[in-house]
Amino acid sequence: MKLYKKWSFIWQSKWLFLLPSMAGVFLFALLPFGNMLIQSFSGGLMNYKTVLTNEAFHLAVKNTCRFVGVGIPLLLLLSFAAALGIYKSKWMRFLKSVYLLPMAVPTAVVVLIWKVFFHKAGIANQLLAVFQIEGTDWMSTNAAFAVLVISYIWKNLGYTIILWIAGMAAIPESITEAAKVDGATQWQSVRYMILPQLKPVFYTITMLSFLNSFKVFREAYLVAGAYPQKSIYLLQHLFNNWFTNLEIEKMSSAAVLLAVFFALCSLSLRNLWEKEEVS
Amino acid sequence: MRLKLFRGCLFVFGIVICLPILAVVLGSLKSGKELSDALSPIIGTTGGLVRWHLLPLYPTGMHFVKLLFYTPEFFTVFWNSIKLVGCILLGQMFVAIPAAFGFSRFSFRGKHALFLSYVILMLMPFSVMMLPSYLVLNGMHLMNTHWSIILPAVFSTFPVFLMYRGFAAIPKELYEAAKIDGAGDWQTFIRIGIPLGSPGILSALVLGFLEYWNMIEQPLAFLEDLSLWPLSLYLPEIDLRRAGMALAASVITLIPAVFVFFMGQDYLESGITASGMKE
Repeated sequence: MKLYKKWSFIWQSKWLFLLPSMAGVFLFALLPFGNMLIQSFSGGLMNYKTVLTNEAFHLAVKNTCRFVGVGIPLLLLLSFAAALGIYKSKWMRFLKSVYLLPMAVPTAVVVLIWKVFFHKAGIANQLLAVFQIEGTDWMSTNAAFAVLVISYIWKNLGYTIILWIAGMAAIPESITEAAKVDGATQWQSVRYMILPQLKPVFYTITMLSFLNSFKVFREAYLVAGAYPQKSIYLLQHLFNNWFTNLEIEKMSSAAVLLAVFFALCSLSLRNLWEKEEVS
Repeated sequence: MRLKLFRGCLFVFGIVICLPILAVVLGSLKSGKELSDALSPIIGTTGGLVRWHLLPLYPTGMHFVKLLFYTPEFFTVFWNSIKLVGCILLGQMFVAIPAAFGFSRFSFRGKHALFLSYVILMLMPFSVMMLPSYLVLNGMHLMNTHWSIILPAVFSTFPVFLMYRGFAAIPKELYEAAKIDGAGDWQTFIRIGIPLGSPGILSALVLGFLEYWNMIEQPLAFLEDLSLWPLSLYLPEIDLRRAGMALAASVITLIPAVFVFFMGQDYLESGITASGMKE
């Protein structure tokens, strides 16, 4: 009876709303994550040392950083340019659909296209030949990296355009109008009016693009398997292979490291949201 | 004038982006002979270059007939996909809608910390959660069953976050009014929360469908039997020697995704925006 009273707050309806979700999150995410955290320290810091000196880990981190370093700036630039053109154009709805459509295409379908397009005798090389550029065997040379970046941009361009447009739509009309009245050219109004206003949105989009960039593993894995060409061997491949070989110790400490990094990223993302709210 | 030119370029580029999708759809209507001739350099029967014409020479629905009537394994994987996505989304509705409502409606100690942990979890890549999920699924003897995919996804925190944003947009006065009229928490939830929060709910459904219809990492890690695999994982297994079948299967995989995309494009866009910034 005492126990019933003590826990009676659970039966209040406001907890009933949250209880199923909290219980599931605890059981399927927090509890096993804590378990993994403890396991990762099973040999003191030994597991961490093994991971941090592991050559495959170095390669994977390097490639992942390189992918992020090339893919995200390209994506941001292209999507921003496209958003500028699409925003307020007559064709806005149509163009949004067209650029978003790749998001709906399952990776398995994309992969089929890529296999034909980026084959040594495939269409990409034939297009290059038109411009007198010599083609390569895309998937088994360093060009695989380019294929991965192209897939990432193809899939995420629409998503990022939508975010930019949402940011542009939030800029008060009066600002751009004032610029027009003052005789600013279109370029000037973009450079001095729109860009500074979009700064907070820019940070948010960068962070989201980074978080989404981990999904590119799907394309990489389905096109090239568990051990692809060296330049696209990403952290996700490494984790997957450690998982397949049940190398639990290495995996747990590497997962903890990655989790800490991602948690820091999400915290900074939240700070950005809060700043947006203030401004 | 320059803007017009730029918009024209965007138009053309948008079409180019959609070309691969068109190529798959039209390619699925090509005859087996035409496909094997076109792809012979890849299949390895002859040298030379891939010759791919967008339009089929003699359109035929043969591959679809073959796939739908004479390939029982395709049916199995197709229904696996439907079952997985259906169960996940249904489960999410029961778990995430009340939780999101609870977060937006009630205040209690530790709410901010709890919500923050939801945000961090939603942004974690699968690489981090792979081992924790495995630990708990293995402990429950759920490995290599559909539950191993469904249960962790049902308790995903992303839909809670997205729906929370929808519920948070409902004016507080409405709740106050309902309270004065004597409505309890559950009545408020069903009469006011769900109808007014439905844009957020639909956004979560559309984004969820596209995500889970394209699931790769989870079934790859947790399902061993091919007979349990979803379409998204089975499709790349079809060899290019059977290109007709691969293309037809791709089109059938595409249809539900593209259907949901066009039906729910507005919700998709508002979902993307909500995940990116506070409106």
